[in-house]
Order: sequence, then C-alpha cells, then structure tokens
Amino acid sequence: MSLIFTTMTRIFFILLLVASIFMLFRGHNNPGGGFIGGLFAALAFALLALSDSVDTARRALMVHPITLLGLGLLLALLSGLPGLFSDSSFLRHWWTSIGALHVGTATIFDVGVFLVVIGGVLSLVFRFYQEEPA
Amino acid sequence: MVDFIRETIILWPVAIPLAAAAFAAALSGRHGLQRVVTLGAVIMTFAASLLLLSIVLSEGMVAKEFGGWRAPFGIVFMADSFSAAMVTIANLLALCAIIFAQTELRPRQIEAGFHPLFQGLMVGVNGAFLTGDIFNLYVWFEVMLITTLGLITLDRTRAQIDGAIKYAILNLISTILFLMAIGLLYGATGTLNMSDLARVLPETQASAALTISAMMFLVAFGIKSGFFPMFFWLPSSYHTASIIVSAVFAGLLTKVGIYALFRVFTLLFDIDDGAYKPLMAFFAAGTMIFGVFGAAVQWDVRRILSFHIISQIGYIMLGLAVATPLALAGAVFYIFHHIIVKANLFFIAGAIWRATGTFDLRQCGGLIKQSPYLTLLFAIPALSLAGIPPLSGFWAKFMMIDASFRGDAGWLAAVALFVGLLTIFSMSKIWLEAFWKNPPRPIHYRPVPVTVTVPIVTLCIITLTIGFAPDALVRFSQRAATDMADRQAFIALFFDDTDIAEVNQ
Repeated sequence: MSLIFTTMTRIFFILLLVASIFMLFRGHNNPGGGFIGGLFAALAFALLALSDSVDTARRALMVHPITLLGLGLLLALLSGLPGLFSDSSFLRHWWTSIGALHVGTATIFDVGVFLVVIGGVLSLVFRFYQEEPA
Repeated sequence: MVDFIRETIILWPVAIPLAAAAFAAALSGRHGLQRVVTLGAVIMTFAASLLLLSIVLSEGMVAKEFGGWRAPFGIVFMADSFSAAMVTIANLLALCAIIFAQTELRPRQIEAGFHPLFQGLMVGVNGAFLTGDIFNLYVWFEVMLITTLGLITLDRTRAQIDGAIKYAILNLISTILFLMAIGLLYGATGTLNMSDLARVLPETQASAALTISAMMFLVAFGIKSGFFPMFFWLPSSYHTASIIVSAVFAGLLTKVGIYALFRVFTLLFDIDDGAYKPLMAFFAAGTMIFGVFGAAVQWDVRRILSFHIISQIGYIMLGLAVATPLALAGAVFYIFHHIIVKANLFFIAGAIWRATGTFDLRQCGGLIKQSPYLTLLFAIPALSLAGIPPLSGFWAKFMMIDASFRGDAGWLAAVALFVGLLTIFSMSKIWLEAFWKNPPRPIHYRPVPVTVTVPIVTLCIITLTIGFAPDALVRFSQRAATDMADRQAFIALFFDDTDIAEVNQ
C-alpha cells in the first residue's frame, strides 16, 4: 500500500473510532445509533486490515470478531431483562434523568447492537482480506 | 417465581436459544463449553415449550406485548394450541438432533460455528411460530435464512456452496415477495398486527391490492415450503448439508412455511373467497405427484427423502385446498406425524452412513444381517411414511383422504392414494437396496454409537404411540383446527369489546 494511505490510516483509525462512539450515543433521538456506530467502528478496523495486515487488525481488536458478536448479543438480551422483572414485559426499558441527560437501559441495547455489528462485519471482512497461506 | 415463569412463559422458547446462541458465539473456540451450553439450552427450551403447551391447553391462548407498547403498535407474541404444539415438537426435534450430534459432529464443523448457528436457527423457528405480527414474522424468516445458509456450508465443500447458492437465491425471491405482500397489506389496512388484521380485513373493501397481496403470500410461503413448481431448491440443497443439519431442515423448515400459510389463510384472508381453493388444490396435487416421481429416479438416500418431503407437503396442502374443519384437523395431524417421521428417516440415513460409509444405495447393502435392530428401526418410520396401518402415517392419510371425499374433492383423494402407492415403492427401494441385498463389494461395517440410536428410538416410540393410540392426537388436532380458525379469540387477545364497537361506528 502507498505511504500516504498507510500514514493517513493511523489518523483515520482514531477519528473513525471516536466518531463511532459519538454516533452510538447520539442515536437515541437523532440519526445514528448502534448499527451505524458499529459500521463506523468496523470501517476503522477494516482500514487497518487493508493498509497494514489482517493480523495487525486482529491484534488491535484483541478479541475474535465472533466472540464480540456473542458478547453484543448477550448485552442486548440482558438489556431487556430489567423490564421483564419489573413489569414482566421484555425490552421495556428503565429510564432516569441525570441532570439534563436522559439515560436508560435502552443504551445498553444499543451498545449490544454496536458490538454485534462490529463482530459480524469484521468476521466477514477479515476473511475476505486474509491472504491464503501459500 | 412460579407465577413469574407462568406470566412470561411465551418468551422463553425464543429467549433461551437466543442466550445460548450468544454464549456459544462468545465461547467460540472452546468446544467443550459450547457443547454444554447447547445441550443445556435445548433441554431447557424443550421444557419451556412443554410448559407453554400445557398452559395453553388448560387456560387458553397466551399473549405478550413487547416493551410495554400496546397492540397494535408494539410487537406481540401469541400462542394458540396450534403454535404451542409446533414449538413443542420443533424443540423435541432440536433435542434429538443435539443428542445425535454428540458423536456425529466433526471438530471442523464446530469450528465453523455449528453451535451458535443451530441455536440461531431455533430462535428463528420458535419466533416464527410464536409471533403475532406479520412483519415480525418476516424478521424471523430472515433469521432462519441467514442461519440455514451458515449451517448448509459448515464443511465448505464445493457441493455445499452450490447447494447454498440455489437455496439462497430462491429463498431470497421468496422473502422479497413476502415483504412486498406485507407492504401491500399495510397500505390497504394500515396495520401489521395479525389480530388487528383479522379485525380490520373483513371490513376492508376488496381491492386488487389485497388480492395481489394474498397471492404473493401464497407464492412466498409456497417457495419456503417447497410447492410444485417452486421446489427445485430443496432436493438440490438438503442432501449437501451434514446429516444432523439435513434432519432438522427436513423436519422444520418447510413446516414453518406451511405454518405461516395456514396462519395467513385462516386468520387474515378468507380461504373460501374467490379462487384460492382451486389454486391450492392445483398446488397440492402437483406437489404430491412431482415430489414422488422425483424420488423414484434417485439413488442417494438423502435425495430420495428430500423429494418425499415435497410430496408430503402436498398432502398437508390438501388441508387448505379442502378447508373444512375436518381437513384442517387432518393437516395439523399430518404436520405432527410428518415432522417426526421425516426427521427420523434422515437420522436413519445418518445411521446407514455410519454403518456402511455411504449414502448411495447402489454401494451399500446387507444391513439386515449386520444390524437387524437398525432394520427394524427403519421399518417403523418408512412404513409410517407410506401410510401402512396401524402406524401414524395411516391415520394422517386416512384423515386427509376422508376429508377430501367429504369436502367434494374426490379427485384430490384419488391423487393422494396414488401417491401413497408410489411412496411404498420408494421406501421398499431403500429397504431392498440398503438392508436386503448383498453389498456389491465387501463393506467394512462400523458399529452405530448409542447417541445415534437414542434419537431414532425415541422418535420411533412416538410414531408407534401415535399409531396405536391416535385418539388423543386426533382430538388435539381438531381443537387446534378450531382454535386456528377462531378469529374472534385472536381479536379478543388484544382488543376488548369497546375497541370493536368504536371501529364499527
């Protein structure tokens, strides 16, 4: 890969990850959310895999994409449980206000979606970019 | 705690496999733990579905609104006796498949994600049976489609990828048609909740959009369940998958399509309206005949059995083609009988492979001397599939043919009888070739492990029980058929009388 691409990727990697977190948390009332945020984050790792190598990207991700997918699914499932126990209605979310900030268990669901999307997209992308051992 | 479980029982058949899929994915690479998670999950899901069935049978329909949103705005789950029984039998089959998988699953297949994909499939199947929202049904179909593609290509062989592509293309067409049908229906009625649709549709003026929507539902579910002339994907993909996967597909996937068809044409559209019945009769007869002829020229056990799925789907379709309460009850009985017998035959095909190392009937033989027990275990579902009394298939076929004669569809009964005869031909072919004849060249027979025989014996015992005491299941099927067609009961689940009065004003 070209020098420019490799150098710029270092910057874009950080920028995309920050943007993905921003997208994730603005998603409740504005365009954004776990799915789009997850795509941003997956894009960051995909760039790293393309500019450097798949192994570098895998090391940067630290866990296996499928494991991440499982954890995300679990988190999304757990976010539905509080409502199940309080109102016996699955996915009924708890809400509270901290100052002007309106937070609730729905955020946990979105984080779960975020992880599922990263895991799902990257397990595909890494497989495509992987060079076959000769 | 007991009250809590009773209150939320309808969620567990979906929530447990979903949690198991998540755990199994998070534990990828740790085969021992994955196995424990899956085994625990299928046992718990089966227990939950039994509890759901018993609650539905004793207290009537169960329903649940998600996220605290009232119907028709939120997603709902609902279970009548038909869907609760479908969930129960699906999870019984899943339990059998996982027991079968204990020795038959190769490490490579586990590495490729068998456990999370299998649990994901069960999430989709159970969700499709329990949902009360037509768009949500589409979502569960998508979940099933994605996981089945993963399961077909577990071994990543060329044949499997070829089968998966055929499967994917036709099923994508089906889901697109399904989605467009939902769009048209929503455009005409403004609601997606099935109970609400049952309330609104009779009041809605008949229009071209509604008719087209109904036809699209028919074709979409028809592709899913393998109707003539849209069944080609089924025999060209099922036999490529590993035998555990094929058995589950054979038992469940086409039946989810059939279930959805019965739901849509009993709860939403009126089957007695217009041209639906002659069309269903055409599909039913074509499906029966072409399925059984397709099987006649095959030599691979799994391909013969795949074609027989199609011909049996034709029998179930008879239920909607005749559409009397008797015929619907017969169809429900037929579905239960068919799931058990067909999955069992696939398990036995797996056992034949275990013993002889081949699925090709021309290559194997001599099993009657080597393992007489396996021969006996094959005879029970095979004769049942062909409809020999007193096995379960006899009663299933008897109910369907009886209902056809009474429902002024004698020609359909004649087709059904003729196809039954050809089914005996196919089953005797497997019998003669795999069990009776001497093998063309010496075979090194291998013993069949006990985990393979346990599911086969269990399903055989169920077949025999239905055969010798069909009374309970016949009565249950009649009840399920009545429940299925009872629109008022579905409406009353979510809307009280005052709501209906407001609409009528």
